[in-house]
Amino acid sequence: MPAADLLSSQGLRLDGRRPNELRRIRCKLGVFTQPDGSAYLEQGNTKVLAAVYGPHQASKSKMSTEAVVVNCQYSMATFSTGERKNRPRGDRKSQEMSMHLRQALTAAIKTEMYPRSQIDIYIEVLQADGGTYCASVNAASLALIDAGIPLRAYVTACSASLGRRSATHEPLVDVSHIEEAADGVCLTVASLPSTGSIALLEMSNRLHMDHFNIVLTRAMQGCRDIEVILDGAVRQHLAEGWTKQDVITI
Amino acid sequence: MWTTKTFLTKTKRGNILKIVREHYLRDDLLCGSAACNTCPHKDDELVLETSPKSPCALFDFPHYLVLDTNVVLHQIDVLEEDALTNVIILQTVLEEVKHQNTAVFQRLLDIISNKKRKFYSFVNEHHKDTYIERSPGEKQNDRNDRSIRKATSWYEYHLSINSLDGKFPKIILVTDDENNRKLAQEDGIICCSIKDYIENVSGFVGLVDKLSKNVMPETCSKDALYPAHLTPSQIHEGIRCGQLYQGTYHASRENFLEGNASVNGFEKSILLQGHIGINRAIDGDIVAIEIFPKEEWRKPSNIVLEDKTEDPENILEEETVLLDAAKPVDNDDEITPTGKVVGIIRRKWRQYCGILMPSKFHGATRHLFTPAEKRIPRVRIETRQSEILASQRILVALDSWPRNSRYPLGHLVRALGPIGDKDAENEVILLEHDVPHARFSEAVLNCLPPNDWTIPEEERQKRVDLRDVCVCSVDPPGCTDIDDALHARRLGSSDGLATYEVGVHIADVTYFVKPDTALDKEAASRSTTVYLVDRRIDMVPELLSSNLCSLRGGEERLAFSCVWEMDENANVLSTKFHKSIIKSKAAMTYEEAQIAIDDSSRKDEIAKSLRVLNKLAKKLKKKRLDSGALLLASPEIRFQVDSETHDPIEVQAKKIVDTNSMVEEFMLLANTSVAQKILEEFPQCAMLRRHPAPPPANFDTFLKAARQQGFEIDVSTNKSFSKSLNEAVIPERPFFNTLLRIMATRCMQQAAYFVSGSLAADHYYHYGLACPIYTHFTSPIRRYADVVVHRLLAASVAGAGPHAALLDARRQTALADTLNYRHRHAQLAGRASVALNTHILFKNRVEIESAVVLAVKRNALQVLIPKYGLEGPLYLPSEKFTYNEEEHVQKCGDVVLKTFDELTVRLSLDSSNLQHRKLVFELVEPHVPGFSYVPDAGNMEVDDVAETAAPSSEKTHKKREIPAAAAAPKPSKKRKSRRK
Repeated sequence: MPAADLLSSQGLRLDGRRPNELRRIRCKLGVFTQPDGSAYLEQGNTKVLAAVYGPHQASKSKMSTEAVVVNCQYSMATFSTGERKNRPRGDRKSQEMSMHLRQALTAAIKTEMYPRSQIDIYIEVLQADGGTYCASVNAASLALIDAGIPLRAYVTACSASLGRRSATHEPLVDVSHIEEAADGVCLTVASLPSTGSIALLEMSNRLHMDHFNIVLTRAMQGCRDIEVILDGAVRQHLAEGWTKQDVITI
Repeated sequence: MWTTKTFLTKTKRGNILKIVREHYLRDDLLCGSAACNTCPHKDDELVLETSPKSPCALFDFPHYLVLDTNVVLHQIDVLEEDALTNVIILQTVLEEVKHQNTAVFQRLLDIISNKKRKFYSFVNEHHKDTYIERSPGEKQNDRNDRSIRKATSWYEYHLSINSLDGKFPKIILVTDDENNRKLAQEDGIICCSIKDYIENVSGFVGLVDKLSKNVMPETCSKDALYPAHLTPSQIHEGIRCGQLYQGTYHASRENFLEGNASVNGFEKSILLQGHIGINRAIDGDIVAIEIFPKEEWRKPSNIVLEDKTEDPENILEEETVLLDAAKPVDNDDEITPTGKVVGIIRRKWRQYCGILMPSKFHGATRHLFTPAEKRIPRVRIETRQSEILASQRILVALDSWPRNSRYPLGHLVRALGPIGDKDAENEVILLEHDVPHARFSEAVLNCLPPNDWTIPEEERQKRVDLRDVCVCSVDPPGCTDIDDALHARRLGSSDGLATYEVGVHIADVTYFVKPDTALDKEAASRSTTVYLVDRRIDMVPELLSSNLCSLRGGEERLAFSCVWEMDENANVLSTKFHKSIIKSKAAMTYEEAQIAIDDSSRKDEIAKSLRVLNKLAKKLKKKRLDSGALLLASPEIRFQVDSETHDPIEVQAKKIVDTNSMVEEFMLLANTSVAQKILEEFPQCAMLRRHPAPPPANFDTFLKAARQQGFEIDVSTNKSFSKSLNEAVIPERPFFNTLLRIMATRCMQQAAYFVSGSLAADHYYHYGLACPIYTHFTSPIRRYADVVVHRLLAASVAGAGPHAALLDARRQTALADTLNYRHRHAQLAGRASVALNTHILFKNRVEIESAVVLAVKRNALQVLIPKYGLEGPLYLPSEKFTYNEEEHVQKCGDVVLKTFDELTVRLSLDSSNLQHRKLVFELVEPHVPGFSYVPDAGNMEVDDVAETAAPSSEKTHKKREIPAAAAAPKPSKKRKSRRK
């Protein structure tokens, strides 16, 4: 169901972006010293912190002899939304998010390399303006790299929606909160762009089959664009040299 | 490319919320001017000319115009003229317009999309050089004005630095805001008001007349006649505290000083009386109302009052007549909550048709305009063409209604044609009822198949071949858009009962009208074919409606078939739907079919099939009536039209034969079967039709009137209602029962289309037909709802995925609203056309006819002439007649007139008022001395002439019968549509 007024007659979105443009992404690796890896990522007004601990020995109950156990915790700061949130974590939505994060990240991590161990990934949303899942996956991806955990490929996530401009439908990439709230569809994809595989695909609302492919293609394109940005950030981070924390651990 | 700016806004949603939004500023937005050589334009993006010729005498250099919001909002009619080109519309303006008036916004978008007009919309709000932030303490309005000025000066600068030869178009800011003009001049921007600009444009006749008059601010109280309206924030506050109410204002048709507003939470609508009570509200406006304390409540005045004053300039006349009449009486159940309008929430003005009443002073430019719609007050307009316009029907738009003006101010939009000219009158009917009637555009016609189209081979393979089956169609005479055909044949027997196969075949319009094509969009916006007495405004082009889709006799046509297996008691054993190819054996009229059934010597297949259908239809009808379906009636007439002049020659009541109801029964059955199927398949988005049960209050007057005749009607359920209607028969007055049914019809609610997901299942009920769900499937040529239903059904039987828009519940709901609106207006237009033709018919006639009283008013009787289906007021002077409010009767001596009484009246046409030519009814019988009309020899003569005139024309002209326009071409359907 494409919402009518997401695209202006000049083809710009509500915030001035074109349909194929991502929001501004700014990120930084190694923002904390305590965890093994950490990252901060801004996607427009959505701001997320990610911290990675491990791999370390898994507790007896969870331990698996085949692969590493990935443990995710998603939490939203009480001040992250317009109206103050009462429960930062543990509610249904956060639990679901944690599960989805785990699914996407497990797909990227070379889990078979660390049997009997566990990796903990903590995500804190500092400010939410739509697409918190995507920002979380992207931040976690950076934090995993910062922690030096071997990955199959970058895992990135991106959402897409469908707008209508006069008679034609146009997919919109990287959906912001107002666009999400406009009652349109929102398709979220987590993928490993360099391998072309999809780790998670989730859709809110119904979308007609005729439109599904263009929306998915646009979301996948968004994932590839994000990968380029993340890759740039990682290279720059490494070029800046070893961080203090890295020196200590060595 | 990624510059970003976030800005903060506070909005109220119960509590104060801080909203942070991103706002991207771009450097890739184009200026759209051909004079610029820096912006990377593609050829088709160049909208503004390099060196536009100035149309205005004030500015002799090439220039572009930048319009302020107020200019767009008030002068959209001027903008729609071709005079102004090379105009820049800023996004700031576009958004303000969208926010304030969506209708104007839509019209503005249409202008922008018209390439010839050279209107360029510039996204200044997202341009890095033209975006400005609101400074602390600055009002939003002031910021927007500043942003407009900023963009204007940027354009000027942008074009000047980028021109090679030093020649570049200047920018002129057109605004009616004096303050804005002053500030702009300080910034060095050329500016002027729209009035000055337009008055100096030469070469466009009548452009000045379209200028909207300057709006006087509500706060100005000089010479004020009306109390000031409250400001929007006061209204908002008042409604929130429960002191004020919001409602839609409906003016009374009979009394120009009275109206009412329907308000949520009140069972009765709120009565509004007098100039002050109505306070400049116009029919349809959404208004804020203050309700008086209970002691001051009144009841509707029940009198007929017309605005007759001769241009009183700006004085409000006395209202004593009205207020006296409405004096409250204690314990009267007619006392209605009364209130006054204190503010206008939203104007719902449209353009109005009517005639000009030229001022008595020669050469004056200010004139009064009388709209054709009686509920709209007269309008003051300024024009210099009054002499030409006086004999024309004209279209006028409203501008404002300042406090010191007796009438609203408006301006001329265009002339429609001479008064009395049939085309002009039809045009008025179509415009007044908002019927889209322009020719089909090139884009639409391009969607049509070629004229010599035949069924392609691949369709033959996909469809069930029913060409050998004896299918035939039954329609009214002269019908060219045949959308249904029937067949029936004996199958065998089961359980000792004979079984039959019965099929209804509906024209497969959706094969030609593919979703989302120009043709489809046009059909959706037209929604229905409109039938006027002498003209049909097709929903789809004629090639489809009268040829390729029409199931004509002897031709192979595509159809959508609904085939049942039935036993002889008309119980449905099985139902199947499939697309098919049929070849109708005969296209018959109702009477031909009736003859074929009755003529026992006919043993051919068609006659046999018809007899089976007829037999089953009777059983179906009985079942339907047993379950509580209502048989209602409305007066229906047909005109016989002169084939050359298209003037009506004679009227007659419509004949109903058995076959009418035969076709109707099977259509009902098909519709119900389809409704069940699509609801089952698409519970969220099936297009259905419902008919809500009328609220008991609707029946009050009706029951009272019936009681006076000695009948107690039980209206608790449709079943009991139907039963008591059947029993209310006076043997010596055969028309009485029909009359009762006509009156009952008027108590009903309107049936409406809706989308199944939007309502709870218990609201699906169709009261009139007494069936739990219903839809329209059988007339896709003339109703768009049926097209939608066809698509849904095709998706559910063929398994082909439905088209995306079909499943979009929101879009479907919006579509259902349009369909209801158009449907209603098509009916009204049809009735208006009947009225018009009745007037033409009675132009030179006077007749004495028997009539019945439909309602008793304070100063008039509403009478109906059954022979012509005509209805109108018979005025009774108050000095002779006394009105009894309790009983609803008028008395004069020993003559008592009450509802359902039979009278004899004299009919003639009063042409003294060209706009509202009306039929005058005069009482003949019962005789009231000094009031009743006494027939004399002279009049009888006129009557005779009229009688003899008709037969003689029959010889000379070939007569064509066209069904009275009140509805569809088929009488049976027409009756359905009116009460559903």
